[in-house]
Amino acid sequence: MRRAELFSWGRLLAVMLKEFLQLRRDRLTFAMMIGIPIIQLTLFGFAINGDPKALPTVVIAHEQGPFTRSLVAALANTGYFRIVCNDCGDDEADRMLARGEAQFAVTIPAGFERGVIRGEQPALLVEADATDPSATGNAIAALQQLAGSALRHDLTGPLSQHQPTPPPFDLRIQRLYNPEGITQYNIVPGLTGVILTMTMIMMTALGVTREIERGTLENLLATPVRPLEVMVGKIAPYILIGYVQVSVILIAARYLFTVPFVGSLPLLLACVLLFIAANLTVGITISSVARNQTQAMQMTFFFFLPSMLLSGFMFPFRGMPEWAQVIGNVLPLTHFLHLIRGVMLKGNHLPDLWPHIWPLLLFILVVMSIGLKRFRQTLD
Amino acid sequence: MSDLVIDVSGLTKRYGDKTAVDRLDMQVKRGEIYGFLGPNGSGKTTSIRMMCGLLTPDAGEGHTLGYDVVRESAAIKREVGYMTQRFGLYEDLSIRENLDFIGRMYGIDNRRRRVTDALDRLGLAERQKQLAGSLSGGWKQRLALAACMLHTPRLLLLDEPTAGVDPKARRDFWDEIHKLSSEGVTVLVSTHYMDEAERCHRLGYIAYGKLLATGTPDSLIEQSALTTWTIEGEQASQLGDKLEYLPGVDMVTRFGNSLHVSGTDADRLAATLAPWYDQPGLRFSRGKPVLEDVFIHLMQQSADSYAQS
Repeated sequence: MRRAELFSWGRLLAVMLKEFLQLRRDRLTFAMMIGIPIIQLTLFGFAINGDPKALPTVVIAHEQGPFTRSLVAALANTGYFRIVCNDCGDDEADRMLARGEAQFAVTIPAGFERGVIRGEQPALLVEADATDPSATGNAIAALQQLAGSALRHDLTGPLSQHQPTPPPFDLRIQRLYNPEGITQYNIVPGLTGVILTMTMIMMTALGVTREIERGTLENLLATPVRPLEVMVGKIAPYILIGYVQVSVILIAARYLFTVPFVGSLPLLLACVLLFIAANLTVGITISSVARNQTQAMQMTFFFFLPSMLLSGFMFPFRGMPEWAQVIGNVLPLTHFLHLIRGVMLKGNHLPDLWPHIWPLLLFILVVMSIGLKRFRQTLD
Repeated sequence: MSDLVIDVSGLTKRYGDKTAVDRLDMQVKRGEIYGFLGPNGSGKTTSIRMMCGLLTPDAGEGHTLGYDVVRESAAIKREVGYMTQRFGLYEDLSIRENLDFIGRMYGIDNRRRRVTDALDRLGLAERQKQLAGSLSGGWKQRLALAACMLHTPRLLLLDEPTAGVDPKARRDFWDEIHKLSSEGVTVLVSTHYMDEAERCHRLGYIAYGKLLATGTPDSLIEQSALTTWTIEGEQASQLGDKLEYLPGVDMVTRFGNSLHVSGTDADRLAATLAPWYDQPGLRFSRGKPVLEDVFIHLMQQSADSYAQS
């Protein structure tokens, strides 16, 4: 009698061949395996930039003169600052900072030029939106340099005596919203969004596909149930779960990471509802497109990856090229990050938040209608 | 309302370039048990789905319970009980929870009481908290039947309800179907089992998406014009190999110690068999075919014509 082999190359080969065959049939997995490296390469290679330049800056000039002009030009020349408003009022500047439309506000005080000439070292105030310390860090470093050199060309001739050994003016940098530049202040609220994105999409994406796989969907569709009832009915329980997650994170933020909370809690919870709804519509749409649970998982991951990378959660949003910002602006997480940081750290109110609320509403509307259309009332 | 519960004509469904159901005409009368037969993939499930409004036909028209199958699918769904081929209830819900859910879907009144009644009738009252997934195949199928009867539909569509169920459970199931039928419920049931086909009032045979024959079980046997010889004896199965391709022999079916040899041309068949009549150990008897012979014959014919076309 033949002895039973402990190991057979033939059987090993057979198993390997079978795996390749199955892999080839599973087009989506195959596409993911090719697609993900390409996407990652594009995102990390071109889109992500830890050293964002051209940050929107407003100048509040209480005095117009050659020194002011030189200073503004010098700011722009560093490449870190893009002057979006040359002659802003105080109120407007505050509003733009609060909304995140401007990252920096530079205040040139009245009598600045005279002060410099007299060697009084007048104060130059730079306010920075420091909610995301990594976005402003390098720009602030560039500012320090600037103090020494900005006016070099103006202080010539008889004025060269004023060439700095001590800088000609006193640069005062205020890190707004996060004075100590603590990274947790930025990361912890952001994590709320990331965790919600992951769990909400995944749980609902598996929802309908599970019914297809187990054969319960046909039975469900044979009853008088309407597609909208199925979709909303499947979504609603997860809203509650989402709120439980948010509560856990907020409590941890408060007591574990001591992240400040300066805004209104009800307002934040309303924003959370909007964000959860946006994610759930994505999940339910995925689940009506995917043929099985594996595909649903893959599509979830496919959506999650850019959400992590392009939303401004991991890397500064303003560091990304235009096209990546366009993609980023479609993703709900991008807007939610503005909302939650705005409420928690800046104490934003509804009017300040509106620019990031309507994109979420639009997103929900569009994705929900795609999902409803895809969701097959009939099986064909 | 007319006496036809299902009345469809020209129903057609295509998937890509494959025609799953091809111009199907079918009439089912009130209170009738209509058996829907045909090989796997012949279009039975697709037809049933079109009749209950789950699928939109590509062509054709018709009414189920007097409602238009294309435009009034919502109304059809409310009044039809459809039992899917696969167990369609939730295995991770208990028996009672499943029935409650279905009851809510149809918005039945006195839900609690009617679910309790259904559980009693099923004999599952004691196990109502057990998960549906833990039931055996026979019980699952009885639960599924109870679920689609919960809203007292006038028409039951059963798609291979007894596949993989033991004979005793099948018999109980059919007794239940006959009881419902006598109460006036119309039943359309697809099956592969011949004993079940014989329990139907009328049969329809479908192959390659076409309805090939309809009628009562007896009339189908008549229509087939088949003559079937039964040959018994220990060497019968060896004889089968020799007979298979001889003239007049359309079909040979082997049983343990006997053979069914059938043909449409009775005389030629008799002539072909003649040389073996006197062989010791073989007993020949000429008779009528059984339903299974008829269907296998139909299947072969349709396969031939399909191959030619």
